Amino acid sequence: MVKEHHDHICWGGGHHHPTHHHLILQGVTAGYGAEPALENISFEAECSSTLALIGPNGAGKSTLLNALAGLLTPWSGEILWNGAPLAEHRHEIAYLPQRSEVNWQFPITVRQLVEMGRYPAVGIWKAMCRHDREIVDKAICTLGLEDLQNRQIGALSGGQQQRCFLARALAQEAHILLLDEPFTGLDVPGTKALASLLRSLSAEGRLVIASHHDMATTAQIFDRALLLRRRLIAAGPVAEVLTTDNLNQTFKRV
Amino acid sequence: MNEFLQFLSEPLAQRSLWACGVIGFSNGFVSALVVLRRSSLQIGTLSCALLPGIALAILVFGLFQLSILLGAVLAGLMVGLGSLFVSRTSRMDHDTALSVLHTTAFALGYIILIGLGLQQKVDDWLFGNIMSMGDADLWIAYAIGAVAVLSITALQRPLLIFLFDPRSAATMGIPTRALNYGIFSLIILVLVSSLQAVGAFLTLGLLVAPAATMYLLTDRATLLFWGGGLIGGLGAIGAFFLSYPLGWHLGATIIVVLGGVFLLAYVFSPRYGLLRRRGK
Repeated sequence: MVKEHHDHICWGGGHHHPTHHHLILQGVTAGYGAEPALENISFEAECSSTLALIGPNGAGKSTLLNALAGLLTPWSGEILWNGAPLAEHRHEIAYLPQRSEVNWQFPITVRQLVEMGRYPAVGIWKAMCRHDREIVDKAICTLGLEDLQNRQIGALSGGQQQRCFLARALAQEAHILLLDEPFTGLDVPGTKALASLLRSLSAEGRLVIASHHDMATTAQIFDRALLLRRRLIAAGPVAEVLTTDNLNQTFKRV
Repeated sequence: MNEFLQFLSEPLAQRSLWACGVIGFSNGFVSALVVLRRSSLQIGTLSCALLPGIALAILVFGLFQLSILLGAVLAGLMVGLGSLFVSRTSRMDHDTALSVLHTTAFALGYIILIGLGLQQKVDDWLFGNIMSMGDADLWIAYAIGAVAVLSITALQRPLLIFLFDPRSAATMGIPTRALNYGIFSLIILVLVSSLQAVGAFLTLGLLVAPAATMYLLTDRATLLFWGGGLIGGLGAIGAFFLSYPLGWHLGATIIVVLGGVFLLAYVFSPRYGLLRRRGK
């Protein structure tokens, strides 16, 4: 049983979140081959919210995440964070890979995984100072991984593994959390626990963006949604976006 | 026994012993990269692909250590990058393209070597011959080992993040493409040094078994490098002392010893061994 740990999360360090912390996409077109996987996407998102990217397979959810993560340069359009290109704020972004993409046998402990989050701050050679270690400790505590921190990551449950990566994102002090299908493969209690975690992380001023495929749970987990089918179908509060009409447009068979 | 001691006092034997230790260590050290990257079969095909480069280099420049090194690096790059290119520009997956290219390259290399009248040498390239290593060869092996240990140790932090989670590494600003090419080049360098010791066919064992053994023993990635180096170096030295009295081929003995050590860890590792899991 995964416990809920959102009640004692606090994100210190003097971070303020004035209302102008927002992400703006303006006419973003991106793709891999000759055809764009995303066409002319424009939307705004503010911190302190959770945003679900919803669409059928091949709708461009991963492409959008990759573009936000800086793994893919858009063909055209702009991605702005607080008015400046997001690419200039790389340390602000934490990317959480899909669980099936991670090599869980990798010889690394929970703590070492979380410490990786300090890389943008400490760089290649600098030793981790006390400040860094405290941040790592705090991230581990926040996600309730204290007792597991010296375990190899393969020896954890699915929910615990998910929390390890969230802890790494916290250690990175990232403002924007990008998650690729985080709820895939979680059972009902696991889904509930992760959902409340994501909500509390956003309540502290982070912007959580996740691709998601389960319509039934969207409203319980996220407060905003973005329907995608290569083009933007709709974006906004979940209740307004998930209308029958919009969903039909997004998922209709061609 | 006396005969063996007398053999040991010869410079040839001492040079071989040093070579075993150095080549074993640097291969074992770098083997951690191969194991963590889970790309051992690709590396295996690469080692055979070095042969035509070596053959061509001999054809053009004659039998010099440096030209052989250069030829091997070029051939490795051409087959490695060529297979990537073929898989990107056709419907072939990378493994298939690599298989076709490396066997073709290997066959070509074999034909050239025989055409050059180097039949006796061919055995050495395929299975290695440490006894034929000269002083210059030994120095090159030292240099390659030093480059491997220094570069991996210096870049360990970004390297481990990259090996574990390349996409997050890229978002953290780690130059993943440069690291990828760096790893590739380092592996080719080490392959060239082990080619002399154990030959094109067996070099994969030297570049995988040491860290694979450590993989069964530890949960700490850094130990994979140093432990792999120690297992590789000590294993090769142990094989040297075994091969003479038994009359076994030295290169083959090195691989057999490393394989044996791996099997021991597979069965008896306190953490991940077969016996341990059964007992649970």
